[in-house]
Amino acid sequence: MTIRANERLNPALDARPNPVLAFVSAFFGNFIVQRVLLFLLTVWVAATVIFILPRLTGQDPVKEKLLLEAQRGGSVQAGMNEMAQEYSARLGLDLPIQEQYINYITDLARLDFGYSIAYFPRTVNEIILDSIVWSIGLMTVTLFLAFVLGTGAGALLGWSRSPGWLSYAFMPLLTLSAIPQYMLGLVLMFVFAIILNWLPFFGAYSPGNLPEWSLSFVLDVLRHAILPALAILFSAVGFWAIGMRGMMINTQGEDFMIQADAKGLNGARIFVRYAIRNALLPQVTGLAISFGTLLTGAVLVEVLFQYPGLGNTLFYAIRVSDFFQITGIVMTIIISLAMATMVIDLIYPLIDPRVKYTQN
Amino acid sequence: MARATGTRNLTMGTRARLARRRWGVFYQERIEPIFLYGRRNPSLIVGLAMLGTLLLFTVIGLLGYAQLEPHTNDPSQNTRLDAYVSGGAPVGDKRLPPSWCTWCEDIVELEGDKKPTLFQYPMGTDTQSRDLFATNLRGIPLTLGTGLIAGLLSVGIGTVTAFVAAYYRGLPDVLIRLLTDVGISIPGLLILIIIRIQLGTELLWWQLGAGLAAVGWVFSSRTVRSQVLVLREQPYVEIARQSGMSGLAIIFREMMPNLIPYITASFVASVAGAILASIGLEALGLGDFSSPSLGMTVYWVIQFGAITLGMWWWWLFPLAFIVIIFVSLFLISAGLDEWSNPRLRRQV
Repeated sequence: MTIRANERLNPALDARPNPVLAFVSAFFGNFIVQRVLLFLLTVWVAATVIFILPRLTGQDPVKEKLLLEAQRGGSVQAGMNEMAQEYSARLGLDLPIQEQYINYITDLARLDFGYSIAYFPRTVNEIILDSIVWSIGLMTVTLFLAFVLGTGAGALLGWSRSPGWLSYAFMPLLTLSAIPQYMLGLVLMFVFAIILNWLPFFGAYSPGNLPEWSLSFVLDVLRHAILPALAILFSAVGFWAIGMRGMMINTQGEDFMIQADAKGLNGARIFVRYAIRNALLPQVTGLAISFGTLLTGAVLVEVLFQYPGLGNTLFYAIRVSDFFQITGIVMTIIISLAMATMVIDLIYPLIDPRVKYTQN
Repeated sequence: MARATGTRNLTMGTRARLARRRWGVFYQERIEPIFLYGRRNPSLIVGLAMLGTLLLFTVIGLLGYAQLEPHTNDPSQNTRLDAYVSGGAPVGDKRLPPSWCTWCEDIVELEGDKKPTLFQYPMGTDTQSRDLFATNLRGIPLTLGTGLIAGLLSVGIGTVTAFVAAYYRGLPDVLIRLLTDVGISIPGLLILIIIRIQLGTELLWWQLGAGLAAVGWVFSSRTVRSQVLVLREQPYVEIARQSGMSGLAIIFREMMPNLIPYITASFVASVAGAILASIGLEALGLGDFSSPSLGMTVYWVIQFGAITLGMWWWWLFPLAFIVIIFVSLFLISAGLDEWSNPRLRRQV
């Protein structure tokens, strides 16, 4: 009773919480909102760094490109400055820096990366769209295969009732995962394309073969994709196997495993329904990490095999110092990576009900 | 009594015996546990041995090769080691397979008297008649050095920021955590590509290392921070705090010794990551073109199509060195993991 009396006497307890403040704190306390804000922040920071760095060095990408072209062509450099100004005006590079920045951010929000300097009438978006199809095709297939194969191998390696000879497979897997993908690519290219001459060693399809929906073309594309895919696959399989093996070992110490054993369930059922099912969950968070390493590693594999994906396009943009195209490709990779990690973070509580993002 | 009088009046024999005994105690207390531990943790030992062998090979090779007479027309290059520069070897000696490989098919036919001696080019020459043995010998320290600089810097920055964030909390923590969260999801290699293109100049090996540290410190910061957060709740840290120890003293005397395994593991991981990224950057054509580092060799291999030319010696040897570096670093980090986290110790 006394407590109640006290409560009524305290004016602070009578005051209703400010609805706006309550909404704001609930809104920003929400995990989903926080995660989306982090995504936006990541993209914004990356975009700003990419915008500021070139301006700090005080170089003019357009003029430099033109000078380079002029030197190559050996033509007179008389009208060069006027030409550079013309291009700068067309690309919006003569505006004050804050306006340039606002334009840049608004263009980015619309995912518009402007024109390519090297292939001027074409926009960067067209070039990216042309090449990203190949990258996505290569990456999704290898990512999926590597996840399945690696997790399976890791599950067997970590399972205490596996046959003994399996443990010898662990060291080669570890070694493979430590070797950079493009190095594996070199070896694969030498063995399968040069010595054995089984598979083509460059491109995504045979030269002279035009993209079309026919069986022969699809087979040709698959044949060309095998070597780059294997190069990425080998090291990724090791990555998944190591993680899965560790989780399997941890899972086997859990109480529910002893319980399942005590219930007299058969080994296969315990292995699949109890051990793998629980050990698999943290592997999903590994997906977020692997996206990054896979993508940057795949850039070099694509360069090595001259596979016409994003990585190879980036390589050629670097060689002709086409700054807008480089920025566009880099931002595309950064945005897709940030988005992938965000999606994984957001769906993780749905997969693993033990993880809850509490509001605080 | 004899011992109490000090060592002044002792004979040489006694002195030697005492020294031997002191060494024996030292051996038993300090050295033997290392071997005993090594037996329990083979991956650490194997990794260290691999890296040590590579370093030994490089040092002996550099010292020995520098003594040899140059096979060059240019008097300014007075050792064979300098012949890594283009044109160092006689111009005719290009695309030569390793000289000991007598059964290898020659790509360029040489006349009988101009054939290299058995150990003249132990790893062959490339299309610009560079001696690839000298190139690789120069390249290994450059590549390792880049990784070392990047590893030291990123672990240094990472540890300091982690302590500031986790120990003092508040606003610095929020800012640093936000920065690491953002930094981790941006691939550093891509930012470095932009930086490098905008700088316009070619980055020297240590500049490349510093650049890699500038984007790589977020990983070690995150690892160390999570450990500091665990440690600061430990009872002994609480006792130290309540007995009036200063913040710095707590950090260095109480927390640091327990953090060393994590910091070392993070260092090894940063070195490996930095070497991977540096080779990647160089292979993309963003390295120092006059440098003979392993990554630049990979770049030239791709540029000149060494694989299709059938010049296996051009890429196989650098590849072997790169694989040795990565596998040894991986084994060391796996070993350190076991050291810092005994729960991982072999349960199967």
